Amino acid sequence: MKTIAFTLNGKPTQVTVDDTRTLLWVLRDELGLTGTKYGCGIALCGACTVVIDKQAVKSCSTRIADVAGKDVTTIEGLANGTQLHPVQEAFVKHLSFQCGFCTPGLVMGAYAMLLKSPQVSPATIGSRLNGHLCRCGTHERVIAAVAEAAAAMKGGAR
Amino acid sequence: MNSASEEMVVPDGWGFAATIDRREFLKVTGIGVLIMIAFDALEALAQEGERPDSSYPTDLNAYLHIGADGKVTCFVGKIEMGQGVMTSLPQLVAEELEVPLESVSIVMGDTDLCPWDMGTFGSLSTRLFGPVLRTAAAEAKAVLIQLAAEKLGVPVADLAVEAGAVVNQKDPTRRLTFGQLTAGKRIERKFKARPTLEQDSSFTVVGHSPLRRDAIEKVTGRAMYAGDLMPPGAVHARILRPPAHGAVLEAVDTSAAEKVAGVQVVRDAELIAVLHASREVADRALGLVKATFKPSASTLNDVNIFEHLVKAAPEGTTVAEAGALSDGEKLATQVFTQTYTKGYVAHAAMETHSAVAEYSEGKVTVWASTQTPFPLKSQVQKALGLPADKVRVITPYVGGGFGGKSAGQQAIEAARLAKATGKPVRVVWSRAEEFFFDTFDMATVIKVRSGLDASNRIVFWDYEVIGAGSRGAAHFYDIAHHRTQVRGGWNNNPRDLHPFAVGPWRAPGANANAFARESQLDIMAAKAGVDPVAFRLKHLTDARMRAVVEAAAKQFGWTPKPGPSGRGFGVACGVDAGTYTANMAEVKVDKATGAIEVVRLVCAQDMGLVVNPEGARQQMEGCLTMGLGYALSEEVHFKNGAVLDTNFGTYHLPRFSAVPKMECVLLSTPGLAPQGGGEPAIVPMGAVLANAVFDAVGARLLHLPMTPARVKAALKA
Repeated sequence: MKTIAFTLNGKPTQVTVDDTRTLLWVLRDELGLTGTKYGCGIALCGACTVVIDKQAVKSCSTRIADVAGKDVTTIEGLANGTQLHPVQEAFVKHLSFQCGFCTPGLVMGAYAMLLKSPQVSPATIGSRLNGHLCRCGTHERVIAAVAEAAAAMKGGAR
Repeated sequence: MNSASEEMVVPDGWGFAATIDRREFLKVTGIGVLIMIAFDALEALAQEGERPDSSYPTDLNAYLHIGADGKVTCFVGKIEMGQGVMTSLPQLVAEELEVPLESVSIVMGDTDLCPWDMGTFGSLSTRLFGPVLRTAAAEAKAVLIQLAAEKLGVPVADLAVEAGAVVNQKDPTRRLTFGQLTAGKRIERKFKARPTLEQDSSFTVVGHSPLRRDAIEKVTGRAMYAGDLMPPGAVHARILRPPAHGAVLEAVDTSAAEKVAGVQVVRDAELIAVLHASREVADRALGLVKATFKPSASTLNDVNIFEHLVKAAPEGTTVAEAGALSDGEKLATQVFTQTYTKGYVAHAAMETHSAVAEYSEGKVTVWASTQTPFPLKSQVQKALGLPADKVRVITPYVGGGFGGKSAGQQAIEAARLAKATGKPVRVVWSRAEEFFFDTFDMATVIKVRSGLDASNRIVFWDYEVIGAGSRGAAHFYDIAHHRTQVRGGWNNNPRDLHPFAVGPWRAPGANANAFARESQLDIMAAKAGVDPVAFRLKHLTDARMRAVVEAAAKQFGWTPKPGPSGRGFGVACGVDAGTYTANMAEVKVDKATGAIEVVRLVCAQDMGLVVNPEGARQQMEGCLTMGLGYALSEEVHFKNGAVLDTNFGTYHLPRFSAVPKMECVLLSTPGLAPQGGGEPAIVPMGAVLANAVFDAVGARLLHLPMTPARVKAALKA
């Protein structure tokens, strides 16, 4: 058991756990943050995507030891209170979800993509989201939402 | 008590605060108007021997309650798995009852609060269940008007409903809100549903697309799925699984697992589970369990399965027939004989089967990802030997179903383990378990013989489907002499027909049937030198089908040309769940690699009255996208009872870059009640892409999925 300290959704956080455990299950089982989903466990579906130091990361394949000292944002930390992030707003507007299970991972993946650069074409958005699976078939609407959020972020939204 | 119906509003009610039981339900609906509706057709549709258990009134399908606060709550046994009915069903109620949509709540899939329901599948929620709810609302309105007539002392004819109140049209200052009318009263009425209700050009809620009720929760991660629920003291259970279907446990040693701190091992007959508060500790402890299995006797694999199906499938039954095949054959100048095959396909919902069970004071409560909460309740009762009032199934948001969550093994496992340990138990299947226990879409062999006469008219059609079943098997073309035979389906099969479980998969059987039928049509059109759209129209008399074909052609910009034209254009049609659909596709084929790139998809669909147009489009897009998978890349690999696909590294779902531009056209035959929306558009996807590939490169693909290797092989043939 080790104590790991990191920043989680803007707040200093400590967990004392077996440090070979994964961020995904520590978030879900120890910290009660269940918005980050288990879909495949081996970084093939993207349902567990979180943002660490501005990079999209598959939390199912990230050891908790490796987040020590880092800045972790999960889906629960993206909105500012009741004010949705532009990526979330665009997902609502374009109805870019059905069952919603892949949605938190997609929102976080898109958020990290746009943090890096909001200069993205629909084709680029699609190829950069290839690490995410959606079984309901919301792909076209997700791409439309991310393109709209990109425009908002270019315009200076956070 | 006024706030009681509010307390039950989902999704907050899905958490652990919701402890209202059935008696309390009767109490909270004690004030106000409670409308109970029965619909015979729904009951008649109950399948698989699942019938309402005796603790439910057998003649009810929906409750609608109007509280003293004017709030309307519908209680339905359906579940929300992404298809949007938690938004569209209240739209129907709001329309009929003439109340603001916001004042209508819906409680879904809770066996203590909702009337018995067979399950959410078959694109039935809007098609058959919609009229039930609309009737409930219409009857509620009539009751409220009657109450107002008595209170105001005016004839019913003078009264009308607007915005949640009954108003005297001759003196609009004389009005009573629903709340005022129901205050202090308990009124219970029971009606038979009217199967169809008039549609009305004055609809203000139906036909519009209000914001989905699940939107904010789903984009913020607050939406709760079964595996997200964590009652205090809950433990994860990881269960020992055989390496193959048919493998039998011979010996097991759990001693090493038992030594892991905090781990509890449970052995309940064949169920051997390792429990721990941490999922990962439970995972590792399961890895320490030493088990030996007698190998499976199965010798089937994804290559020899087709030969096996032809041999082992049950006798055929004729599901459609006219004229005499021998007469038709005499008229034929060209005969076409072809065999089509399709492999097993997984549901692969992003949420694996999950459940949380809590056992307390002799009663088990199971939160499950299920499409069938009521049949599941009966199964849990049976497994645990409990009476009906001691089992409750609650269905939170379901993370995708597609037919696969009609099976609820994981919930039974959670319930058994909760009873055995007295602890709340979480069972969240791993992706490997999900692939292993999935009830796959059936592998299929379809044999078609058909003939054209000298004028290029189809004169006979002899069709035999082995494996896929009857859905969509009968053709809808104008052919004088034809016969359709079906051997096997997704249920009632001989025990060893399939090496693992099969079950309903989005429009079960209809995908394979459309692939064979529409490919065969295309083969004949090409040989006749006739444009495939023109060839279909020549053999279509059904006005609805003609309309969707013409609408798709218009949207696509189809210009007639016999195939293969080199353009890569394909067309295919289907009828499913009362809905007509025509799909068109444009593809590019890389002859060197065999890779198919889908450039564009068009789908025109006539689904009758459209309750929520955006929701309907979402379902169509979902169908087209999911259809890319079974058409191009998805098939289950297996050998000797072992499922070789354990994750998405070998089983390929469509990814973002593979999804083309999609254009969906909604037609609506005037006066036609809502038809199915969740499945029809996927039905022609295998065929439309096979036909487009043929049009592009002249190669005919007879096996789904059309992997690059198969495309290359077809190009050489």
